Amino acid sequence: MPQRIFITGFGIISCIGNNIEEHLESLLQSKPGTGRVHYVDTYLKNELLVGEVRKTLEELFTLAAIPPTDGYSRNALLGIIAAREAFVNGRMNNCRELKTGLISATTVGGMDRCENYYSDFLTNDSRNAYIDSYDCADSTEKIAGLLGISDFVTTISTACSSAANAIMLGARMIRTGRLDRVLAGGCEALTKFHLNGFNALKILDKNPCRPFDQNRAGINLGEGAAYLVLESGESLGKTGNTPLCELVGWGNACEAFHQTASSPDGTGAYLAMKKALELSGLAPEDIDYVNAHGTGTDNNDLSEGRALEKLFGNRMPLVSSTKPFTGHTTSAAGSAEAILSIMCLQHQVAWPNLNFQERIEELSFSPVEKLMTNIPVNVVMSNSFGFGGNDTSLIFKKVNADIL
Amino acid sequence: MTNTPVYINGLGSVSPQKALLVEPLFFEANQLRCADPGYKEFIPAEMIRRMGRIIKMGVTASKLCLRDAGSSSGSNMEREIIPQAIITGTGLGCMEDTEKFLTSMIRNKEEFLTPTSFIQSTHNTVAGQIALLIKCHGYNFTYVHRGVSFESALLDAMTQFEMGELSDALVGGTDELTVNSFAITSRLGYWKRKPVDTKNLLDDRQRGTIAGEGATFFFLENYQNEHTYARLMGVTTFLKPASEKEVSKRVHDFLATAGLTTNDIDLVFMGLNGNPRTDQVYKFLAGKDFADTPLAYFKHLCGEYHTASAFAAWLAAQVISTQLVPGAVCLKSSPKSTIYEHVLIYNHFMGNNHAFILLSRP
Repeated sequence: MPQRIFITGFGIISCIGNNIEEHLESLLQSKPGTGRVHYVDTYLKNELLVGEVRKTLEELFTLAAIPPTDGYSRNALLGIIAAREAFVNGRMNNCRELKTGLISATTVGGMDRCENYYSDFLTNDSRNAYIDSYDCADSTEKIAGLLGISDFVTTISTACSSAANAIMLGARMIRTGRLDRVLAGGCEALTKFHLNGFNALKILDKNPCRPFDQNRAGINLGEGAAYLVLESGESLGKTGNTPLCELVGWGNACEAFHQTASSPDGTGAYLAMKKALELSGLAPEDIDYVNAHGTGTDNNDLSEGRALEKLFGNRMPLVSSTKPFTGHTTSAAGSAEAILSIMCLQHQVAWPNLNFQERIEELSFSPVEKLMTNIPVNVVMSNSFGFGGNDTSLIFKKVNADIL
Repeated sequence: MTNTPVYINGLGSVSPQKALLVEPLFFEANQLRCADPGYKEFIPAEMIRRMGRIIKMGVTASKLCLRDAGSSSGSNMEREIIPQAIITGTGLGCMEDTEKFLTSMIRNKEEFLTPTSFIQSTHNTVAGQIALLIKCHGYNFTYVHRGVSFESALLDAMTQFEMGELSDALVGGTDELTVNSFAITSRLGYWKRKPVDTKNLLDDRQRGTIAGEGATFFFLENYQNEHTYARLMGVTTFLKPASEKEVSKRVHDFLATAGLTTNDIDLVFMGLNGNPRTDQVYKFLAGKDFADTPLAYFKHLCGEYHTASAFAAWLAAQVISTQLVPGAVCLKSSPKSTIYEHVLIYNHFMGNNHAFILLSRP
């Protein structure tokens, strides 16, 4: 009998809240967190709408409960805050003898400091403390150091599907018996670097983004971090944790279509969802809610929509993108949205796809328009897609009391 | 360790070396770079111009690997391989494109930017481009954890072989050295200030080591064929060990999971790089746990970089298949004739990220 993978805790920070409770409140009030650029010192300040965590670097140090120290990026601090919340909720300080891993995901890493200090890096020694905090592994090792995780520590970067992939690897490390327990997720701070990169690609919306809307015009970038605690069934017996849900399916596929664009028929998205479904042993009609990747770009939403139609046919589950709330948190999106999806299981709700007005002409379905409460939600799917055509889908299931 | 069969059935490498096993190259340098291995043969001309160097190196090494695997099926027909998965590791990813976008952003005060170098700056560009070029829709992952990026990729593949999710995979490590990344990391004392004769790298007393780069790929399959190089037995990684003794304990624990002891190891590839401070732990193991074991080293041939252990695994696989240790890597040879049954790689990056890889005779 393969090890089952249970989720026993999580932590999250984004523009709609600094912790789980604040997220739940914002979501239940249908209150988005995006606004004009305030914290990133960019030329694009007045042009773009983004989802910033409303904290300065100094304030993030306070929230992370560490004294201001050289060598910390905004990215690492966001990671520490969310990872610690998950660590505490999943009571990971107990049972230190369990084989425990940390799998984190990020893409721009410590670029938020690097882009400001790059000239110094090249000409003088004043910012040397930040040289090694540029890479992707830095935030991971800082989290691992603070929380005392050392059995297995690694970092994944597959652009915007990174954190979903971290969860997926965590599940496999448990299922193959290498680890008992994994803290998995991702973090990404907004930087001038990727604001400008996406801007040069001309896929940012200056107004609130409108995923799955006929008149969608692009992405609102966001930032944040989110981590989940994954445990094996055996580990549960030792930690005594109550599972919040079970991770039953995961799938990853590659579009192999274009470096940044999705294929018109959504091949990669379809394959990822299908693989996840096959692994879960569930049927398409078992899925109650899909938290779509739904970035709000012309390309993604049509491609993902077609993949959803192909998989679900005329029995489309509830679908929404929560990116109008949080902005697109890129490398953190996979774990952040996994958590928002699990909240649907916990509270029997489906989150609204804010700003939706008109169905996409080519598609046969519309997303959830208004918050839905008191609805049966037993199985949820969370999609995350990234550059390089890297597509991942995760399936979480409510745990029935009788099988525990 | 794994009980599931995982065989190395194809190899491909782009490194500062050209024909290492025939004629190793030595340099007077503190940084080693890969020469153009003939990208034209592997990448469409219109793409070569746009691609960053690491992408070209990675794509070429991966194609060499698939070609090698394809030619080893026994018949005269080459088999065209589309792997079920592409899994790569890279410490710093696409530095050239990252620097290009960053520099033009700073210089032009965020105006007039074109997206090409941004698109190619993401760490998964190499894996994505390989998939794109060979039309591979399978699993696609990139690990970016400093000195264990390549090992993470190997481990990932092993978990999927064990779960029966994969029966083959293309796994590799890629890193590129740029002028700026060398200059910047020099501030941290990573590199020797003056060029050294790489032949005598281990005797150099300057602090630091020599920088390097490379792209190395492996085609893994769950069955053995007549061209199988070696069997991948196990991989483990650990972060910042407290002492040399801890490393020693970990190597025994690691081997024990395969029912082996240090006496069963016929050759150890060590990541010695001529940095007196960080070489100490290798010397500790060489003197204690592997006192009677033949030793090999490799960083004088490829330089130090985050995925240098992939280069060592490439060498180790060939030692097992040819049963010969190239003179250029031999540090301590065996007094008697040895059958290279089990070859261990022990490597760490700057003393922080440590890993063991065990390859065995199929």
